[in-house]
Amino acid sequence: MDLYEYQARELFEEHGILVPKAEVTDAPREAREIARRLGGRVVVKAQVKTGGRGKAGGVKLAADPAAAELTARQILGMDIKGHTVGKVMLAQPVDIEAEFYVSYVLDRAAGRFLAIASAEGGMDIEEVAATRPEAVARIPVDPAEGVTTARAAQIARAAGLPAQTVDVLVRLWDVLVREDAVLVEVNPLVKTSGGQILALDGKVTLDDNARFRQQRWGAQESAHDDALEAAAAAKGLNYVKLDGEVGVIGNGAGLVMSTLDVVAGCGARPANFLDIGGGASAQIMADGLSVILSDPAVKSVFVNVFGGITACDAVADGIVQALESVRLTKPLVVRLDGNSAAQGRAILDERAHPLVEQATTMDGAARRAADLANAH
Amino acid sequence: MAIYLTKESKVLVQGMTGAEGMKHTRRMLAAGTNVVGGVNPRKAGRSVDFDDRAVPVFGSVAEGMAATGADVTVVFVPPAFAKAAVTEAADAGIPLAVVITEGIPVHDAVAFQAHAAARGTRVIGPNCPGLITPGQSNAGIIPADITRSGRVGLVSKSGTLTYQLMYELRDIGFTTCVGIGGDPVIGTTHIDCLAAFQDDPDTELIVLIGEIGGDAEERAAAYVRDHVTKPVVAYIAGFTAPEGKTMGHAGAIVSGSSGTARAKKEALEAAGVAVGSTPTETARLVLDRLTD
Repeated sequence: MDLYEYQARELFEEHGILVPKAEVTDAPREAREIARRLGGRVVVKAQVKTGGRGKAGGVKLAADPAAAELTARQILGMDIKGHTVGKVMLAQPVDIEAEFYVSYVLDRAAGRFLAIASAEGGMDIEEVAATRPEAVARIPVDPAEGVTTARAAQIARAAGLPAQTVDVLVRLWDVLVREDAVLVEVNPLVKTSGGQILALDGKVTLDDNARFRQQRWGAQESAHDDALEAAAAAKGLNYVKLDGEVGVIGNGAGLVMSTLDVVAGCGARPANFLDIGGGASAQIMADGLSVILSDPAVKSVFVNVFGGITACDAVADGIVQALESVRLTKPLVVRLDGNSAAQGRAILDERAHPLVEQATTMDGAARRAADLANAH
Repeated sequence: MAIYLTKESKVLVQGMTGAEGMKHTRRMLAAGTNVVGGVNPRKAGRSVDFDDRAVPVFGSVAEGMAATGADVTVVFVPPAFAKAAVTEAADAGIPLAVVITEGIPVHDAVAFQAHAAARGTRVIGPNCPGLITPGQSNAGIIPADITRSGRVGLVSKSGTLTYQLMYELRDIGFTTCVGIGGDPVIGTTHIDCLAAFQDDPDTELIVLIGEIGGDAEERAAAYVRDHVTKPVVAYIAGFTAPEGKTMGHAGAIVSGSSGTARAKKEALEAAGVAVGSTPTETARLVLDRLTD
């Protein structure tokens, strides 16, 4: 889960990293009060989980509290790359002498974290890395050792950062480990005209798998941008909303991803990703169907199940039971294959629901579901 | 022949006495796996009856290895305990640890993978279905009855896509099928399996299944180009996945322009690998190459 900038700022502050004074709000009137408390002149920053907000007009300087209210009013509700701005952060402006870049990212290939640092902060680091690779230092971190003062000094030296940043690099590693983050990035890390090292903007991605030992972000986690995703998450479903017409239910992440591709290959667009996992009980089938059928864009639904450990007759029973509690309003194409597929198909044949049809192959079922969606 | 797992393999199960551990130990035994013991410090000294077989429970992996000569452990413990379980197994010096557990924190996986690598323990997974050498042994949760022994080797990030291909190619059969898992940090990689299948005399063709996220498939493509002489057929899932969304597997995410299915497909094709557009077409490509 990605954190908002204001949440990342809060974490940095808790771990002893200097940050500008700032407050967050969703109300323009309150923005005026905050600006007054911060000394009048503030930077108003849209809180969205995407890059490029400066270019999109989501970051503006306001000269006084009245201007802060006006600016907050303009930015709140703004759409930035499909993200609606729900909150703005107001921060004290900082006199910048130099801008740096520092981050810890997961190096999947090496199976360990990598420190990335550059004395050329404030811009897109991928661009710097592409055009001037020598300006970007990349130092692997031994997981057993972590970032000690000596390691931090090595990183700072390699990137040409001032010695004062060593302490920040150690504390930032602390954020990564203690908060179970898989990414922490400060861009820019600045040196002020007063000589302080300040984290001006930050990005933190937390590890969803560590939620069982990291309780504090539970509430934010349910704040899905999409209403259907929120409804699915509330039911414990592994669901991602997409921009198409064919609803998809399948078992196993790889098979569902594959199903989306096969649907797309048949000239229709998948409406969602939904992995119901190995069990495929009647309850989870009913929950999944009800979420997908409540999506107004959906015109047909493709249930794609390969019976491995789960037998297809159990899956068919689940579908039949789900049809008792969910009113089917759109055609359903079911493909059952693998373990006990013949028995499963017989169960659905016997139920003979007018909106349910079967196909014996994945490719054939996808074609049928796509045709049904395109016929509307 | 086969890779990593044969009928000689002696298998311990960490977490055997839990619900999943019990269910899958029974299945592994039914598939012919030589399960020699379970590990649970709180139930050491007891045994668990599986139909006609009593499987002893040991207090630690080291005890289990000393008593039985076990050389494989299958890990079913919950995510919070996985790091301790794999660390213990590596400290005991077991050659192969198959980690089925899904939902292990990244920092834990980074720690135990480094620890295991330093001690010479091969880790498969986590968040994987394990591996099967049909007709010989099954270490994990892959259904044993959907295919049979044969001449194709398979390595995959995805469980159900593995099952799908195993089923479509059931008449040809497999030497070994390895599910390496869909997490961002895994032990055994596509490249490790490609190397092992290349060296396995009974494997005539290798199927590689990948998905969005990371660049493991691109690196596998370079390895195929430089080191693999056997035919390789691949399938990649996730062409329609939007940027920035995790698609079920923790590692299945396109970040910016990296980790896309298209880049993986192009890298594999450039290395001479035939890439199917659907699982069924992939199976057909395999059949074409084996009947030539």
